[in-house]
Amino acid sequence: MSDLKQELKEKIITQLNLEDIAIEEIADNDPLFGDGLGLDSIDALELIVMLDKDYGIKLTDPKEGKKIFESIEVMANYIAEHRTK
Amino acid sequence: MEKVYINSIGSISAQKTFDNNDFLEEIVTYQDNIIPVIEPNYKDFIPPAAARRMAKGIKMGVVASKIALEEANLTDIDAIITGTGMGCVRDSEKFVTAILDNNEQFLTPTSFIQSTHNTVAGQIALGIGCKGYNFTYVHSSVSFESALLDAFMQLELKEAENILVGGVDESGDHTNAIHKLIQHIKPEKINSKELLHSKTGGAVFGEGANFFVLSNKKQDYSYAQLLGIKTYNTLAKSDLVANLEVFLKEKNLTFGDIDVLISGNNGDIDYDNYYSELTNGPFKDTQQVAYKHLSGEFNTASAFGFWLGAKILRTQHIPSPVALNPIKIKGLENVLLYNQYRGKNHSFTLLRRC
Repeated sequence: MSDLKQELKEKIITQLNLEDIAIEEIADNDPLFGDGLGLDSIDALELIVMLDKDYGIKLTDPKEGKKIFESIEVMANYIAEHRTK
Repeated sequence: MEKVYINSIGSISAQKTFDNNDFLEEIVTYQDNIIPVIEPNYKDFIPPAAARRMAKGIKMGVVASKIALEEANLTDIDAIITGTGMGCVRDSEKFVTAILDNNEQFLTPTSFIQSTHNTVAGQIALGIGCKGYNFTYVHSSVSFESALLDAFMQLELKEAENILVGGVDESGDHTNAIHKLIQHIKPEKINSKELLHSKTGGAVFGEGANFFVLSNKKQDYSYAQLLGIKTYNTLAKSDLVANLEVFLKEKNLTFGDIDVLISGNNGDIDYDNYYSELTNGPFKDTQQVAYKHLSGEFNTASAFGFWLGAKILRTQHIPSPVALNPIKIKGLENVLLYNQYRGKNHSFTLLRRC
């Protein structure tokens, strides 16, 4: 699980161009949106595509994303449970 | 009809031009067939949160426009008009590559949003909260001149007071690879000091962003007056001099009134002969200037020539690295720019000291 969390942090920094943020600066329970990393709706779309492409998880209800993308911890748990690749 | 002035400038190029206090005092020489811009520290101009989704072309355009607006002491503007040949080509390449690699699946929004040609003008408007006229011209190597002509006419007719005009193009790896394949880029890497004497076909490609505040209100700090622009999609070499004569006559000028000719030579032996029609013809005894050995060739490289013309008129100085001949005349009043690319999309632009 810790490998998956590390992988997610790396992917988020690379794919969302968070050039000024280091992996160590993202705590597992930090909120990804709002006051935490400050991600926005376009980032949410990028994350939905990433789940589909890299883990084979298709989110059909966009409202699900709000809950799944709460933090690295929540994301990693959801991916571990639902991944098809 | 109102007169139109260049009130400020902002340039990101392959030279250190982002500081308006410098004027090509230190030339960077390249040994290559594709040259990049010297980038300023973008974080000094753009908040990191805003910059993270911006492609290089957007960052260059936003910074060049900020430099120009700051020099003109303006926080808002009546209109934003840009010219670009290829737009945000890097993100276009990224998006199209993703379509092919992923079999039309998993397409992400960021590169698609940024792949359009008018992203730069849009981002500038968002950054300063400008809700005015916002337009982007995509007309190959007369893209910048088309934007300039639009602004010129609006200012002449008093439809606006201050307009931000710019030319911006970024270099894209895949696009450059294609241009190498068809030999529009020189096959050999060449020293920029030797480029204009090259005996081979093709050009050295570059990139850049050059922005200007044009206004019908002259200021103490105005660089020059813009007298007119004329563009041609096709123009035979044999008709060049006659068409230029007509253009100058419309402005009550003759060849002899031109003090400096700024020509867009790029070292392509197959097409630089268009410039020779002027440099060996009516302007053989006139001061001649060239700039593409410093900037590289790109669709809006002529905006760098425009920047050069404005600087020459304000400083009354021609830096030696841009001088094509040893002729030196004091009291520079009228500057003519001529540009074309591969025998198409020609432009004449006329500037006057103010």
